[in-house]
Amino acid sequence: MAAGRAARTGLNGLFAVYKPPGVASIRVRDSVETLLLKELNSLEQPAVQQQVRFLPNTVEGNAGKELTLTVTQLPVLAAHPLVRGPELTHLKIGAGHRLDTKSSGVFVLGVGHGNKLLTDMYNAHFTRAYTVRGLFGKATDDFSDTGRLIEKTTFDHVTRDKLERILAVIQGTNHKALLMYSNIDLKTQEAYELAVERLIRPMEKTPPLITAIRCLQFAPPEFQLEIQCMHETQQYLRKVVHEIGLELKSTAVCTQVRRTRDGCFTLDNALLRTHWNLQNIRNSIRDSKVKVKVELQRSLGHQARRGKRHTDTDQVAESELHSTEGTSASDLTHKMR
Amino acid sequence: MAFWARQISIWYLSVKTSSVANSIQQLRKTHRTWMQLHELSVLSFLCTDNHFPQHGLKTYRSVSLGSRLQSTNSNNGQILSEETNLLSPVNHYQQQAEVIPSSDTKTLYEVWEDTPPSSALEEISEEEAVQIVAEPPLPLGSFTLQDYVDRSETLSQLVLLGVDLSKVEKRPNAGQFLLRLDFEKDIRKRLLFLKDVGVEDNQLGPILTQNPYFLAVDMEALETRVAYLKSKKFGKEAVARMVSRAPFLLSFSVERLDNRLGFFQKELGLSVQKTRDLVVSLPRLLTGSLEPIKENWQVCQVELGFRRNEMQHIVSKIPKILTANKRKLIETFDYLHNVMGIPHHILTNFPQVFNSKLLRVKERHMFLTFLGRAQYDPAQPSYISLDKLVSMPDEVFCTEIAKASVKNFEKFLKTL
Repeated sequence: MAAGRAARTGLNGLFAVYKPPGVASIRVRDSVETLLLKELNSLEQPAVQQQVRFLPNTVEGNAGKELTLTVTQLPVLAAHPLVRGPELTHLKIGAGHRLDTKSSGVFVLGVGHGNKLLTDMYNAHFTRAYTVRGLFGKATDDFSDTGRLIEKTTFDHVTRDKLERILAVIQGTNHKALLMYSNIDLKTQEAYELAVERLIRPMEKTPPLITAIRCLQFAPPEFQLEIQCMHETQQYLRKVVHEIGLELKSTAVCTQVRRTRDGCFTLDNALLRTHWNLQNIRNSIRDSKVKVKVELQRSLGHQARRGKRHTDTDQVAESELHSTEGTSASDLTHKMR
Repeated sequence: MAFWARQISIWYLSVKTSSVANSIQQLRKTHRTWMQLHELSVLSFLCTDNHFPQHGLKTYRSVSLGSRLQSTNSNNGQILSEETNLLSPVNHYQQQAEVIPSSDTKTLYEVWEDTPPSSALEEISEEEAVQIVAEPPLPLGSFTLQDYVDRSETLSQLVLLGVDLSKVEKRPNAGQFLLRLDFEKDIRKRLLFLKDVGVEDNQLGPILTQNPYFLAVDMEALETRVAYLKSKKFGKEAVARMVSRAPFLLSFSVERLDNRLGFFQKELGLSVQKTRDLVVSLPRLLTGSLEPIKENWQVCQVELGFRRNEMQHIVSKIPKILTANKRKLIETFDYLHNVMGIPHHILTNFPQVFNSKLLRVKERHMFLTFLGRAQYDPAQPSYISLDKLVSMPDEVFCTEIAKASVKNFEKFLKTL
């Protein structure tokens, strides 16, 4: 009983697992839950409840046989595990940003009270890092190598610097969009402070934005990119690979999308399938507690301060600030809450 | 009784003939069943409590309703026979005017003589005082057997035997059925029979957990079925093994077992001895449905392209292939044959690869390709056999086959 309860107190927080490719993320979450339940149920071995019963008994008394009651302690079978069933049948495990079936990588899960932190992580709008492998020469309907083939092209003319030029263009346009969606005027002190702490990013729902993109390997027809982005989906990244192919006057498909970082959880923190057991998960939760707290405070703290500053300044001053950015009047409506 | 006769005549005039029986039933319902509880002390009352939306509740309903209707029908005959004396005879009720047993009439009359219960302030003797059992009343209906297990001899003995009641009560009608059994009369005989067959003591609990309806099978039927299996030259330990691993086996009739054995012999084209071995190693082939097995057999022949003798060899070694998931089987074969490039005859020699998870095979193969050691052809040097690829645990695989450390393997897995 004590062992089980102690085990469960450690199970409140966030931890990351490594999702293998080809498995749906919901199945990953379910298998983690089943494994944890099995271990917790085997730890819990409560002493069988005893009950004091008075049973009638014949006893040799003064005047022949007498009926008396004898006191015995019998186990209560209603509390027996075979009758009651397993102690725990459900654990609250929530999933962070989902990964689709074909991709792999760091997948954050929250357990118990950690699910509240998942919402906070969502609202803090952290960036995520991916490594994307692509293949020149083919185009398919779903931008990946297992889709229906649409087109085949040559790619001899593609060189590394052409690729890097395209990547620079992509990074530039996305950076502009990032600044636009962040709703800050670059000429203020506040913007300088945010830039120093590298916190300039939109704090609301936006279309997918790529904050950084660079080429890691280039060996035609294969190439590998590292992409840091936010509010993305894995299919969007495959589309980016397809568009890079088109820009280079060839075609490309995406062979692998792998998430290497989700907020403050990196590949080193992620647990492999063979390590999914109670002890490792508890250690992982314990290690990541401080990190997550610090990161959340940084992002959400600044967010609160930005909101406060906006409500303090005048409406007129605000419109002047934003006119330089070229944002329309509609942008003013979805500012800081 | 005159009061009731008047009531009946009023109803008969106002209500249609066919529904008189129902309305009388409902009137008698409450009285009759309260008396039943006190007399029989067996729960057959319909729980109308809507707080327990468990599927177990439905099971109680279906069983208890039948017994209630039986008792009220006997009442019907009684009342209506008196009715015919007072009112004009109705044709289709005369068929129901049966001979009333005298005990029923007496108990019915007792209902209407409301004897007041004995007062609590009366003086009673010591023995009577000792004999008063003041336990809380059993609930009238419940969705779990927890409430009854302490008071029921049968259920307590079953729990001590190792039967998992929490799983049994989920089965349709099983909980109600177990409550009504008597350990001494019904269960003891069958358990001794199982022990004669050769089943171990610790297996008795799991068998009853999986197949509680075993306790409803006749003793003669059980004996004929075991005799049939022995006549087909299954040894004693073989029969014991089959019964413990396929708890539903003895619930099947002899013709059904015969059909199944015949199917395996004809369809798979195996000899008698080999069919026997197949069935002993995987007894649930006899108890499961035959459709998926037929499908898997066709898939292996047509889609996977194995020849008949190769299939027979694979099935005798790994019978689980017949009950495997068709889609997963095809995916695994596709990866093994097309991506790893293993020909049919090597797959026939190592059918264990079909048993393992595809993800495991994929990861290990990719690691070996990365190291450049993916060599599955026995003719070439540094050959890796398929059974070693899948059946070994990670540490042994890494140190012996891949000749790398476990850490490197894990790092590689994180790059997939």
